[in-house]
Amino acid sequence: MVIRMEYHLYDELVKWAKEHLPEEACGLLAGTEDENGREIKKIYYLENKDHAEDHFTLDPMDQMKAVKDIRANGYKLFGNWHSHPSSPSRPSEEDIALAYDSKANYMILSLMADNPVVNVFHIEAGQWTKEDLRIYSEEYYF
Amino acid sequence: MIITVAGEKKEVKDGLTLPELITQENVEMPEYVTVSINDEFVASEAKATTVLKDGDSVEFLYFMGGGC
Repeated sequence: MVIRMEYHLYDELVKWAKEHLPEEACGLLAGTEDENGREIKKIYYLENKDHAEDHFTLDPMDQMKAVKDIRANGYKLFGNWHSHPSSPSRPSEEDIALAYDSKANYMILSLMADNPVVNVFHIEAGQWTKEDLRIYSEEYYF
Repeated sequence: MIITVAGEKKEVKDGLTLPELITQENVEMPEYVTVSINDEFVASEAKATTVLKDGDSVEFLYFMGGGC
């Protein structure tokens, strides 16, 4: 699946996640969908209820508020995102075990190196595959 | 009767139970889904016996968490 996201959204995501170090940061992804794939239009920055460096949990009440906002904006909930402060951008065993929705996109932002790395995954039946994430600006893809 | 599921109005049979709706909606792994009806969360132990009413608004929210 092709998933597109404008650079400014990525930039905001990295800033937010860095500001919340050493904890994992987390939230939801929403946007529009057509035959060409999905476009992330809005990233929701939600509280990590665990306030931990190696876990995250979203509050269902926060999720519900976000879902209503997503709907009010005419967007679709795509899935969630979270940061890995000190591990790579790939689903951990816990991420895989807790990925209950096979229709969701799971974005993982790694901050373990100087340069952040972000990927989006499809997780189903204990297996994951990388989605085709394209971060773009008006000038170029990268 | 008419209920709203994830923001979409749907006509369903009178007396539809929450487990029946979960089946109809093909909710994956429902044991890990939090359900709200009219913005009130349904307790896990009440899911099996909850009967929906005309005009109810239902949301299914997957548990979302993980680690690194």
